[in-house]
Amino acid sequence: MTTATFSMQRIDPYSPPAEHLRLQQEAPVSQVPWRNDTTIWAVTRHADVRTVLGDARFSSDRSLPGHPTFAGYTSASKLKNLIEMDPPEHTQQRVRVMGEFTVKKIAAMRPRIEQIVEETIDAMLASGTEADLVEALSLPVPSVVIAELLGVPFEDHSLFQENSAAFVEADATPEQRMAAMGALKEYIGGLVADRIERPGDDILSRQLAAGAPPEELTALGFLLLIAGHETTANMISLCVATLIDKPELLQQLRENPALLPGAVEELLRYFTIAEVGGLRLATADLEVGGVLIPAGDAVFALCNTANRDAEVFPEPNTIDFTRGARNHVAFGFGPHQCLGQNLARLELEIVLEAVIRRIPTLRFAGTFDDISFKEWGPNYGVYRLPVAW
Amino acid sequence: MQLTANRATCIGAGQCVFTDPDAFDQDDDGLVLVLRPEPAATEEIARATEAVHVCPSRSLRLVESAP
Repeated sequence: MTTATFSMQRIDPYSPPAEHLRLQQEAPVSQVPWRNDTTIWAVTRHADVRTVLGDARFSSDRSLPGHPTFAGYTSASKLKNLIEMDPPEHTQQRVRVMGEFTVKKIAAMRPRIEQIVEETIDAMLASGTEADLVEALSLPVPSVVIAELLGVPFEDHSLFQENSAAFVEADATPEQRMAAMGALKEYIGGLVADRIERPGDDILSRQLAAGAPPEELTALGFLLLIAGHETTANMISLCVATLIDKPELLQQLRENPALLPGAVEELLRYFTIAEVGGLRLATADLEVGGVLIPAGDAVFALCNTANRDAEVFPEPNTIDFTRGARNHVAFGFGPHQCLGQNLARLELEIVLEAVIRRIPTLRFAGTFDDISFKEWGPNYGVYRLPVAW
Repeated sequence: MQLTANRATCIGAGQCVFTDPDAFDQDDDGLVLVLRPEPAATEEIARATEAVHVCPSRSLRLVESAP
């Protein structure tokens, strides 16, 4: 095949790839060239994306032959984790853990997360008048939150944080990434073993008490880390960069802090960073948007483009904090919809409130154009965000 | 109108509680609980309808009450 692979590159930092938007207009369910001379069905409309992600016959099981993978993405483990499973295996494991992430339990974490954010901003402000926001704020906050959820002892936080950061470092070689990943998995495995001996007040101990096998728990712990750390960090950076770049939006939040939850929701829709979650394999002949997708074909439900579907979101390219749209698919849809979404919302709301209140002079140390975006990444975000105050 | 939930398919995303905390809750295991099974006011029905639409596992139903 001579055609170039379907590109995931986001050339405009504020927009899905132009080709994806064109497909949404002209051929919303269509076969496009994919990696290694294969093809994949690109699904671009909001309703069709919900159809694919809501139907487990579009399989998430990455061990199935022909299951698509994203460039630069390798499966986290030989041991399957939740996002790589189908029902009933997926349902059993998700049901066991989902009680940890209820709206109420997450809301109860607010005071502690506020404290973490205040301390992180204290340290950033004490360090001088310039910083890389990614390193100083975006990565540390979710790292500490997830470390505490997993019950990582305080003395191990720096080891945990350094390896988590190394895993997503821009300049890291694949070997360095693998090494950081290996160290984290080994660490979480050790933590699980330790909790078998000495149970504490944390997810791992409670899951063990509920009968979760230790090796399954290591995979779960690692998934919670990768799903809850870099994604949240990316959203923090993108939100702050947007508010600096578009002062009229920042002004709205200054004048009316009650807009914050709506702003978080709208920015989640607008950036839809975790596109990698939309890869599936059809396990039956299935119709999507009037097109028959044969069994065995790879499918990519493009959530970012779906979230710009003008039939669902009027003026989809405008950031509107009063839009009030809860039906976006930034956290996916169907049985795999993000388990930690309410934690992500809470962290984002707390961080943005604190940044606006405490650093009124925050600005880019360079310009918006100097920001290096993860334009090819499995998760969209920024590598570095040099800021001054 | 009658609002029902299928707890066998619920995946505990919490979208319903997030959308309409007056009509839904979650038990300690994260499974949906319907607090207001018979929404009546226009606004109650509108919010219940939205919750049904955003439920990722399509575990909620809103139907006309039996006469």
